[in-house]
Amino acid sequence: MSDMISLKDRTAIVGIGETAFGKAMVQSEEQLACMAIKAALDDAGISPSEVDGLCSLNMENVFQHDIARDLGMKEVTYYSQMPAGGHGGCGTVGHAAMAIATGQAKVVVGWRSRKRSGRASRVWAQLEQRIQGSRDTWLRPWGIIRPVDEVGVMYTRYMHEFGATRDHLANVALAFRSHANRNPKAFMHAKPMSREDYFAARWISEPLCLFDCCLETDGAIAFVVTAVDRARDCRNRPVYVHAAAQGFDGGSAILANYFTADPMRSQAATCAKSLWRQSDFRAADIKVAQFYDAFTPEVFFTLEGYGFCGRGEGAAFTEDGGVALGGRLPVNTGGGSLSEVYLHGFNMITEGVKQMRGTSTGQVEQADCCFVSSSDLGPTCAVVLRN
Amino acid sequence: MTAIPLPYADDPDTAGFWDAARESRLVVQRCKACGHCQFPPHPFCAACAHAETEWAETSGRGSVWSYGVAHGPTLPGFQDVVPYPMIVVEFEDHPHIRMVGSLVAAPNAAINSVPVSAIRIGMPVDVTFAAVSDDITLPRWMPRVSESLKP
Repeated sequence: MSDMISLKDRTAIVGIGETAFGKAMVQSEEQLACMAIKAALDDAGISPSEVDGLCSLNMENVFQHDIARDLGMKEVTYYSQMPAGGHGGCGTVGHAAMAIATGQAKVVVGWRSRKRSGRASRVWAQLEQRIQGSRDTWLRPWGIIRPVDEVGVMYTRYMHEFGATRDHLANVALAFRSHANRNPKAFMHAKPMSREDYFAARWISEPLCLFDCCLETDGAIAFVVTAVDRARDCRNRPVYVHAAAQGFDGGSAILANYFTADPMRSQAATCAKSLWRQSDFRAADIKVAQFYDAFTPEVFFTLEGYGFCGRGEGAAFTEDGGVALGGRLPVNTGGGSLSEVYLHGFNMITEGVKQMRGTSTGQVEQADCCFVSSSDLGPTCAVVLRN
Repeated sequence: MTAIPLPYADDPDTAGFWDAARESRLVVQRCKACGHCQFPPHPFCAACAHAETEWAETSGRGSVWSYGVAHGPTLPGFQDVVPYPMIVVEFEDHPHIRMVGSLVAAPNAAINSVPVSAIRIGMPVDVTFAAVSDDITLPRWMPRVSESLKP
């Protein structure tokens, strides 16, 4: 179709910004958001007054009006929020790219700011005595309360169907921790972890233990997207948005995907069809990747859904350092949600940019593109970045 | 004991389910046009997009499709009974339908009354019911006693 607009390499991430990551930080979520966005704009060499697009997640508590007012933005002509929290992070990149490619905006900022003490940080703990909506109604009365409960039940079934074990979960946790140990900004930078440490950890929701769960941390991350012609004038080497996709299957559910005909089929498989149709790179060409890892089993579903391995082979893929630096596919080279910071996957986006700039603390030298995805086990999205 | 979170019993999409549960019947939605059965309930038939459905009683027999064991910290209403198992049951007469539940040793027993070590994927279970509020009766599941052991 000649009149169809392709996103391929039309836009680029030209700036990234991060606050420090920690616990009980003194700044408000709004302050943290402003700090990250200003840092990203400084990184690009772009004034806040030039920003005319704002993209965030539905769980974001700092709204576009706050950002525009706080940082002195003038006329905002595009804004959007991706649904489903951590399942939508990469969608903010996709929305930014689409907005620019279709002429809705010229300079788009995406951000995520979160404090563990923030009012929306623990959604499950705010459950009302009387619940509403199909998702909560058919889970909560029987004690499936937290995201970790939902994913734990999924992984018990995965182990049963595919012969996976807790050792495979440990492979993921240990690989990402080793990456964090190289990254001075990572929350777990100074804390090496052994397999014995992993197995000594307390249960959270069997079969998942403490180290199968992401960190609970404070901080903010932002990025700036422009058209490629503008990008070439920015301070840093542009990182091109090569492909961007999102997807889910009808009948599927978020995390607790128990009710669909084939729950062990990663919904990423649907997103993947759109992504690889747009991309010049194939799964086999990807040399470094950033996966959403709120819980270790998500990594197996993501590996399978995007075709890095076959169905049911995700756990085995992590054997022999498969997802560690030097392995078949180094994943979460900054430490990920498990060991760097938990910001609903926005650190995967900035780590992907660092890989393409050649500035990652876990740099994969030969990488000419980086795959980045948002939470699997539900509606999901992904981008391919290239340098 | 702190109350557990419960749904509204008068939601138009789900009221029929809770009405049946109060009468110790386990029902799923059945399309009036094509007969497709579905659960959780929702406004249209997922198979043919017909708007009218009715409630069809099931056998209440199933098997454990998967499970997990929740440890704390969790909601106050559940913190008293951690660690407790959470199960997903696949229906014997509707193999494509699954439902989340609790595994209990007796209809009104605590949700940690069956030892975790006794739970297996595929183990047969039968529905039972427990009234947990004036308007909500929850279906729960008990390990099936083998036919040969029944008196």
